[in-house]
Amino acid sequence: MTAETMEAPLVAAPTATPPHPLREFWGYFSANRGAVAGLFVIVGVVLVALLADVLAPHSPYLTDTKIALKPPFWQEGGSITYPLGTDAIGRDILSRLIYGSRLSLLIGVIVISISIVVGTVLGLVAGFARGVTEIFIMRLMDIVLTMPSLLLAIVVVAVLGPGLVNSMLAVALVILPHYVRLARAAVITETSKDYVTAARVSGAGNLRLMFKEVLPNCTAPLIVQASLGISTAILDAAALGFLGLGAQPPSPEWGTMLADAREFVLRAWWVVTFPGLAILITVLAFNLLGDGLRDALDPKLKR
Amino acid sequence: MLRFILTRVSLVIPTFIGITLLAFFLIRLVPGDPIETMAGERGIDAARHEQLKKDFGLDKPLIIQYGYYIERVLHGDLGKSIVTRESVLSEFQTLFPATVELAVCAILFALFLGIPAGILAAVRRNSIFDHGVMGISLTGYSMPIFWWGLILILVVSVQLGWTPVSGRIDVLYYIEPVTGFLLIDSFFSEDEGAFMSALGHLILPTIVLGTQPLATIARMTRSAMLEVLGEDYIRTAKAKGLSRFRVIGLHALRNALIPVVTVIGLQVGVLFTGAILTETIFSWPGIGKWLIEAIFRRDYPVLQGGLLLVGVIVMSVNLIVDLTYGLINPRIRHNR
Amino acid sequence: MALLEIENLSVEFPTQGGIMRAVDDVSLKLDVGEVLGVVGESGSGKSVTMLALMGLIPFPGRVKAKKLSFNGRDLLTMSDRERRKLTGKDVAMIFQEPTTSLNPCFTVGFQLTETLRLHEGMDRKAARRRAIELLEQVGIPSAESRLTAYPHQLSGGMNQRVMIAMAIACNPKLLIADEPTTALDVTIQAQILDLLMTLQKERNMALVMITHNMGVVAETAKRVMVMYAGQIMEERSAADLFASPQHPYTAALLAALPERSEGSRLATIPGVVPGLYDRPRGCLFSPRCAYATEHSRNVRPELRPWAGGHVRCHYPLGDPNRNANMNADHPLGTEAAS
Repeated sequence: MTAETMEAPLVAAPTATPPHPLREFWGYFSANRGAVAGLFVIVGVVLVALLADVLAPHSPYLTDTKIALKPPFWQEGGSITYPLGTDAIGRDILSRLIYGSRLSLLIGVIVISISIVVGTVLGLVAGFARGVTEIFIMRLMDIVLTMPSLLLAIVVVAVLGPGLVNSMLAVALVILPHYVRLARAAVITETSKDYVTAARVSGAGNLRLMFKEVLPNCTAPLIVQASLGISTAILDAAALGFLGLGAQPPSPEWGTMLADAREFVLRAWWVVTFPGLAILITVLAFNLLGDGLRDALDPKLKR
Repeated sequence: MLRFILTRVSLVIPTFIGITLLAFFLIRLVPGDPIETMAGERGIDAARHEQLKKDFGLDKPLIIQYGYYIERVLHGDLGKSIVTRESVLSEFQTLFPATVELAVCAILFALFLGIPAGILAAVRRNSIFDHGVMGISLTGYSMPIFWWGLILILVVSVQLGWTPVSGRIDVLYYIEPVTGFLLIDSFFSEDEGAFMSALGHLILPTIVLGTQPLATIARMTRSAMLEVLGEDYIRTAKAKGLSRFRVIGLHALRNALIPVVTVIGLQVGVLFTGAILTETIFSWPGIGKWLIEAIFRRDYPVLQGGLLLVGVIVMSVNLIVDLTYGLINPRIRHNR
Repeated sequence: MALLEIENLSVEFPTQGGIMRAVDDVSLKLDVGEVLGVVGESGSGKSVTMLALMGLIPFPGRVKAKKLSFNGRDLLTMSDRERRKLTGKDVAMIFQEPTTSLNPCFTVGFQLTETLRLHEGMDRKAARRRAIELLEQVGIPSAESRLTAYPHQLSGGMNQRVMIAMAIACNPKLLIADEPTTALDVTIQAQILDLLMTLQKERNMALVMITHNMGVVAETAKRVMVMYAGQIMEERSAADLFASPQHPYTAALLAALPERSEGSRLATIPGVVPGLYDRPRGCLFSPRCAYATEHSRNVRPELRPWAGGHVRCHYPLGDPNRNANMNADHPLGTEAAS
């Protein structure tokens, strides 16, 4: 027999108290310099998108062939009026990038919102209903996962017709399975726990259980997945734009800008470089944030 | 083990049916009449229209049409391209080796760099090297590869002039396709220039296509390794007095590779996605470019057949990886 | 000359909330062929002490000691390479969870011969023969066929036998058994203990038996060391300690044994081992001690020679002046004054 069965601690003289959960979360999160940097960049991009009308020196659509393909200001022939140069039909690249941030953020947020809402509902249904419904939903998601994501998105766009809205729908469909799986897995682990059994015994219905008990308990992984998902959404939508299937010209969507710029890659490096850099930095920021959130929220990694 | 194989194989059947359904119905959703689409801009008279409708079985209910479709697919008939009038399957067969060649090079590139980088990062956790590897791999993971390809062309091909801009081989050389893999065919052609040209053309596309898998594999290897290094049996291995190299390189790595193999399997889908973009940028005559062109030409049979074939290939590779996973993990190998 | 000498060993782990002292000023001597029981609750530092001896403290942990010598050799100044030649050969260790302590990807035979080939320089054939011998010695039936088995194909008890075979493969002078029976079924526990004791006697091997189970200690050890929160509380011969425990903590552990319980209820010790945030200023056991006083709450007692061993208490139970001392120090407990 062992002496390990102990009762509640007696008056122990504490020399320090364990930190509050939210503070602890912030402690872990802020210790991750990359995550904080990501957060700052995202806040910056959001501000730029909100203040586009004030910040942009020119209209993103104003063309002027007289000043076509002007290099950035630090190169010979460039001028400070067009800080990052102009594209093939004389539009100011900086202004287009600034307005493009609106589109990219909008794409990310809308795509993720659709995926989370539809995915969570499907996942909850699958997790609670079990049986044929579950098999049907999960098999469907497996098939979507099997197909290469961009190929599926391309085919969907090909069927629905190119355009910003359709490309967002296509991307939302492609990333949907992750949320369905996440929600279903959460339901299955949560429903086996005692508090759900307790709630069930006390007469809570399935719907109440879903939204009152289970959903709040799987928000942490959903938040992490959402943050990482926004980056995928922006990247995929930009890829569709680049292929000419997403937002259509003259829209200042970053991927679409790159598609326009392709043929000038040999003559004007700036037309190609800046839109891609904007995509990279934004996507990287969301990934850094997602990683930071996961590390801070995942108790498994805490030592 | 046999039971394990049979279960896995049987799980693939519904996925296959699902892919055929997807390929069949998605194309049906295309707005407009399929006969008119096939006829193209010239239009068609009503009698001929009815006749064609009958010939293609389009007057039957959808479920019957799907039955016909499955029957044709199982006989290897995926229809004909509207544009070239060639059989979809034979077009696929000619172009497929180019994509495979590129994809294999890319995954090898990713493995040879990613696994050692991940191991070293895990072993030297929180060192500058670790932070560097993690930073670079997250950047690689966030990379819009269509832009990455353009930048590499800009710097390496245009500025430095080290590699060709696009294509598979210089127009000066003609290599009779035997295997379809230009690297192999040109190697046996005994024309050194052709081989070097093929190799040179492969470098940038390989880097571009390998970037995302490289990032994923490096990150996955690191985290699998970190988890394994905390296991009891690693403590046992150290307690035996084994060298650090043997503890990490044998006892830890063998276990860490199990999840990494799964991730490598998942890269097949990523590679196809990447191939679409990479082939477009580098004018690489493979499946990705073929499918994109099919969309712009509204060549729906090609799109339908391509979707089906790519889906089946990805599914099969996933199955093979799944079975390999069983082979390298003794806990599954021995009937559990 | 003692086989093992440890003086003032401390092990610290830096954490987010500050430095965690897992082992605090532990000194210990062990002779050839001696059996020492190390007892304490989870988190008392008994395993960490032995891991430090093996050189197995994971990265952020820091080991400090005035002296750490084995078989006359100084482990503190030895190179890592030299030290690895000792560990696994002259000092071996077996762990609590036999199933997770064996590598799931390699066969029992591979893991067993690996040690032999490394330390004894045997070739494949000789190592295999020796491995079969060892498996037979630890009582594994049809030893030869077990060589190709993977750990998950064997039971926990069998795996622990394999671990023991691996540990004794190179005839170690010291074997450290870290809770070797805790994860096993009760019937298997006795078998494994018997096996360990038989091997110890046959080979005149020193054995450190780490356990939180006083019963196991009673069956095996000649000398017992009681640890609490990283410190040694009492260290005496097993017979003396069981007959007349000197530290209140030891007494409480003994009272928790079913065979010693008075009446129908099992005695328990209230509270838990102090963690990082509630480490007391005075005696580490004082928050849970029935005999704590103002003095013991504020002043940490030294480990001092007492009753043929050592004890770390202001008021050892066998002290004739105990009541007087306690009353002078403002007793807090209820039993103490009576």
